[in-house]
Amino acid sequence: MKPFDYASSASPPEAVAAVAGNPAAAFLAGGTNLVDHMKLGIAAPEQLVDISQLPLNTIDTTDNGGLRLGATVPNSDLAAHPLVRQRYPVLSQALLSGASGQLRNAATTGGNLLQRTRCVYFQDVTTPCNKRSPGSGCSALEGYTRYHAILGASMDCVAVHPSDMAVAMAALNARVEILGPSGERSVGLHSFHRLPGDQPQRDTVLDHGELITAVVLPPLPEGTRSAYRKVRDRASYAFALVSVAAVVRLEEPTDADDGGDSASPPRIAEVRLALGGVAHKPWRATFAEEALRGQPATEGKFRRAIDAELQHAVPLADNAFKVPMVRNTVVSVLRELCGLEGGLDQGGSQASDGNGEQRGGRTGTPASGGEDRP
Amino acid sequence: MSVQLPAATGLDLERVDGRAKVLGLAPYAYEHPAEHPTYLHAVQSTIARGRITAIDTAAAETMDGVVAVLTHLNAPRLANTEDNELAVLQSDAVGFRGQFVAAVVADSPETAREAAAHVHVQYHREPHHAALRADHEDLYKPETVNAGFDTDTSTGDPDAALASAAVVVDRTYTTPAEHNNPMEPHTTVAQWDGERLLVFDSTQAVHNARKTLAPLFDVEVEQIRVVAPHVGGGFGSKGLPHAHVVLTALAAKVTGGRPVKYALTRQQMFFLAGYRTPTIQRLQLGASPDGRISVLTHDVVEQTSAIKEFAEQTATISRMMYAADHRRTTHRLASLDVPIPSWMRAPGECPGSFGLEVAMDELAEACGIDPIELRVRNEPTIDPETGKPFASRHLLACLREGARRFGWERRNPQPGTRLVDGWRTGIGVAASTYPARRQPANTARIRFTADGFYEVQIGAVDLGTGAWTALTQIAAEALECGPEQVRLQIGDTDLPAATVAGGSTGTASWGSAIIGAAQMFRKEHGGFPAAGDTSEGDGEKNPASKNYALHSFGAQFAEVQVHADTGEIRVSRMLGVYSAGRIINPRTARSQFLGGMTMGIGMALHEQSVMDERFGMIVNHDLAEYHVPANADIRQLEAFWLEEVDEHAGPLGARGIGEIGIVGAAAAVANAAYNATGIRVRDLPLTADKFLA
Repeated sequence: MKPFDYASSASPPEAVAAVAGNPAAAFLAGGTNLVDHMKLGIAAPEQLVDISQLPLNTIDTTDNGGLRLGATVPNSDLAAHPLVRQRYPVLSQALLSGASGQLRNAATTGGNLLQRTRCVYFQDVTTPCNKRSPGSGCSALEGYTRYHAILGASMDCVAVHPSDMAVAMAALNARVEILGPSGERSVGLHSFHRLPGDQPQRDTVLDHGELITAVVLPPLPEGTRSAYRKVRDRASYAFALVSVAAVVRLEEPTDADDGGDSASPPRIAEVRLALGGVAHKPWRATFAEEALRGQPATEGKFRRAIDAELQHAVPLADNAFKVPMVRNTVVSVLRELCGLEGGLDQGGSQASDGNGEQRGGRTGTPASGGEDRP
Repeated sequence: MSVQLPAATGLDLERVDGRAKVLGLAPYAYEHPAEHPTYLHAVQSTIARGRITAIDTAAAETMDGVVAVLTHLNAPRLANTEDNELAVLQSDAVGFRGQFVAAVVADSPETAREAAAHVHVQYHREPHHAALRADHEDLYKPETVNAGFDTDTSTGDPDAALASAAVVVDRTYTTPAEHNNPMEPHTTVAQWDGERLLVFDSTQAVHNARKTLAPLFDVEVEQIRVVAPHVGGGFGSKGLPHAHVVLTALAAKVTGGRPVKYALTRQQMFFLAGYRTPTIQRLQLGASPDGRISVLTHDVVEQTSAIKEFAEQTATISRMMYAADHRRTTHRLASLDVPIPSWMRAPGECPGSFGLEVAMDELAEACGIDPIELRVRNEPTIDPETGKPFASRHLLACLREGARRFGWERRNPQPGTRLVDGWRTGIGVAASTYPARRQPANTARIRFTADGFYEVQIGAVDLGTGAWTALTQIAAEALECGPEQVRLQIGDTDLPAATVAGGSTGTASWGSAIIGAAQMFRKEHGGFPAAGDTSEGDGEKNPASKNYALHSFGAQFAEVQVHADTGEIRVSRMLGVYSAGRIINPRTARSQFLGGMTMGIGMALHEQSVMDERFGMIVNHDLAEYHVPANADIRQLEAFWLEEVDEHAGPLGARGIGEIGIVGAAAAVANAAYNATGIRVRDLPLTADKFLA
């Protein structure tokens, strides 16, 4: 590891000034990603400015009923916060599905967003990588791509963003508050991370010296339900193969929908879907959302909607499975959130053991899963 | 002795080293106090095959705190360079990517690592081959396979028998390269004092380590002392000294007597500490309609490194497991420009049982009979390979006891019929076996101390298995004293010679020597010894191995859940029943069995070292990318054993338990996954994508 200077800072503006004034300086919070990269030779800052002691570690209610999450709140505290669990279960579930207990204790809100994208070639300095060494080539493109992107990638980079938290935040329309040398600004989370294009070395829109101070979650309308589902190769402590964050609000069918037939499914008043493990950034499935909005909540609609998104997928040699995996996972999550019977395409009798865990938390008025069945 | 004390073996004794480990006081190799130490970090080749044309060490050499930079141009010469793995920094040749090409010794590990990054190596690159393929052009037949087994065997006329068999299963199964990944990385601390070398090493065999090192450094074995009181796992990867041990001892020649400390990084362990070869196994089973096997062939293609041969004995399990009049087993090697494969828990039986035991499941289905009944019908009366009787063969008892405990009767032979909360659920079985070997060349010494203890000395190693405890119990029983009266000393070449903690041979081999020493002690000194009374005893070669086939057996049962939407696969339940002779300590034995089964679940679901052929490199070379089971992957695990004493296994009646727990485990999981889904996966690991609808 290259020797480096370490400095703590007394206030956010002081930290920003310290990093902005030194092109080789970096902020240090939990260090769970940066320190690894320093050991591996991927990052070699000359100065670390420690922001972990700055007063950015609170979770506050905003005037309009949302939440403002401080940049240095540990991931475990954020996941456990009663208001997060009550109002934004998708976020709590996403956080708890990430990393390990020890890492979540150290990792912070801002740091989680700023994880570098993940790729075995990026992690090994003996192989070419456009992200690490612009212009050197992408080793993954024709290499080992099981965990790589199927959406939004470029010929220069096919890595995926590893965060679970950010996927949930994308579905929640979160905004990132940023303090820079020239003042404050705010960026929608969906625009915060970049697609690789021809500049894969840039993961986010942050300029050097800019500091995330908070993430703001807007309030969700009464009756909105949300859930996060992560599919991975082992039961815990693994990055997502694919993940889905879904936020749904249903409304009762109008008479026009069912012609007085009370068995008609509810309609999807509002839906937001974000996908993890598929792209260089948390991927808002806007085509799918568009296809679902105002539609009856049926499995066929879910399937057609996600197919509208996945028709843009470009799988690589090892990850064609992600297309059906995303499709099935999205349908599964929507089925649960919309209270549809967990039916299957083929085979099998229905569950009899009856010890299934309750998924798909919700906000506002209780609307039990069973009541909305078609 | 007239007083009959309770037998100490079989006692559920807590680990005698447990307290020291929990308190952090049990020193592992890196933690032994070293005066004014230096630290090594290695530079690895970035090509898979070729020659070094230039090395620029100037930047590294001028860094503050750097003691030395070693390359093949300036490193001390080794006296023997026959072993290409161990001949480190002796030539400009590169045989695989990740091989040592230079090393930095510095005052701190951070400096050594940073300086190593500033050593610049230029190469003449030659074309390389790094991927195993069944149709590899230059497959060759090794002279023997690991542990000295015959490369090929053939009885009867297998091809004719296959042509005439009523039912034939003819399938190819593959297992990927897998890496051992013990918790404690491979670590060596070496210090020269004139012509004497002191080594603290994370090894499974202190005596073998020094025997390997002595000729390289042109010294007598007595001039080398290797110490390893505690080892944090090895699974075979610390059974043979690897290149880092030689590199560290070599570097210690240029530090003016200062100790050199080197722990491989986790990433380096994927290149330099051995691994299990990938295997391609074609199984052909020919049977009558009622499932009686007439012919069994098992043809294996696997890899070795071009610079050093290692030939896994993958098909040997098919020589003794089931009766068949016609049989063929073969091993062919692809010689590749890859790191050197070596021992990984149950070499041979572990990968071989995946092919054989999944093929048995396929045969059971083809014949329409229960998989356990199929094994009953093909139980041999004598060892098919040697014609000798089995000293002890309780496979059927293990299967029946396991079936009863596991609830096998609830299995629906029709796959894909049980759905529990969105998870397709099924159960499967596989048989397990492992040879019972006892190593000669073990000696133990017993001395009665002035304060009334029996000091029991043997240069054995406890790599985390419980040897400290089991050997204490064996000594206590043989001396007819309480375990608390025994002071065991192991893990040091200053102690009498002992063989490797490997091949499930440790306890039986060392234990025999301890029993021999105890008998000699009583013979020479009686029941009331004086302080300083000392006797030695040797472990004898097992005479029963002349007349009997000695193997342990087991039955593995697994319940598997595969998510109907996502294909995610979990092992919800696993149960093993083993017949391994006498169990010395039920607590540590249970741990060994469960550990083997856990590693078997890892093999079944997770483990896969991914070779990027272009670079000749395992690319998922850390524990974030190379998955082993996490706690959440291991749910209900149970291990049972038959109460038995194997009268042919020597004075202990024990056969060894370190490896049988992994054998057959992956097959049981794969068979259960088939029962759950109707999808037959023949290529490990069983990942979600293979079950996606």
